[in-house]
Amino acid sequence: MSEQAPPLAVIHEKDIRIVEFMNSKILDEANIAEIGSTLNALIDEVEQPKLLLDFASVDHLSSAALGMLINANNRIKQRNGQLRLANIKSQIFEVFRITKLDRLFRIYGTRDEALASFAM
Amino acid sequence: MSHVSRNSPDPRRPAAPSITKTRYGTSMKYTIPSDFARGREVQTQILDEVQNFKYNSDSVFAIKLSLEEAIVNAIKHGNKLDMNKKVYVEALVGPDQVELTIEDDGPGFTRQDVPDPTSPENIEKCSGRGILLIEAYMTSVSWTNGGKKMIMIKRND
Repeated sequence: MSEQAPPLAVIHEKDIRIVEFMNSKILDEANIAEIGSTLNALIDEVEQPKLLLDFASVDHLSSAALGMLINANNRIKQRNGQLRLANIKSQIFEVFRITKLDRLFRIYGTRDEALASFAM
Repeated sequence: MSHVSRNSPDPRRPAAPSITKTRYGTSMKYTIPSDFARGREVQTQILDEVQNFKYNSDSVFAIKLSLEEAIVNAIKHGNKLDMNKKVYVEALVGPDQVELTIEDDGPGFTRQDVPDPTSPENIEKCSGRGILLIEAYMTSVSWTNGGKKMIMIKRND
């Protein structure tokens, strides 16, 4: 079951890559794998990558999606980069809170707050 | 050791669901192969029935997430993606609660043996969060048949 649209849109803001999820659900294994490899490619593009993931359109996500995000976080840390998450809806934030991943990730209310948080 | 398939000879072909409506609610039974797409079809049908009973948005979210995690666990960790093995899903959807039973053909497991994904040594590991989420979102969760069968209930409150 391939998705009709690409699952991500990437916006360049100076040296920061803003990633928008295009689907409301991040559930499908194939979809998650595709997102994971796109994120990996963005992370590997530069030394010290800066990545902002914008969850504005996301209504559902699974534990497999959390695994993919942890993977991205570990990869960014290895490259001394920075990862920020923003615009997470309250039901989805609860998923991060239950799994205590709200402590692992740096999560901001808005995209602007997340952008301002990047160390130069 | 080989087992005779309990269902249709083609493992990719989902068995037709058995749906019964009573005045207490709707009973839905499915037998599907270890296929994520088939699992998602079952989820959609059960969720549609839940919506018919006007559950609130948080309950629908909880049921959707728990069904997703439970079916993926059954396919991936229970049946190890073996297409010849089946997943048996039953839903009893009523006005007061939804009861979901998910069983697989795998070896079973013990809940206590699953490491805590929130502990500092596991927090950066990529798996192990499905059961934790189900337990947080559902009203009750239990296992029988050596861990092969999971029964979860969400009350409509």
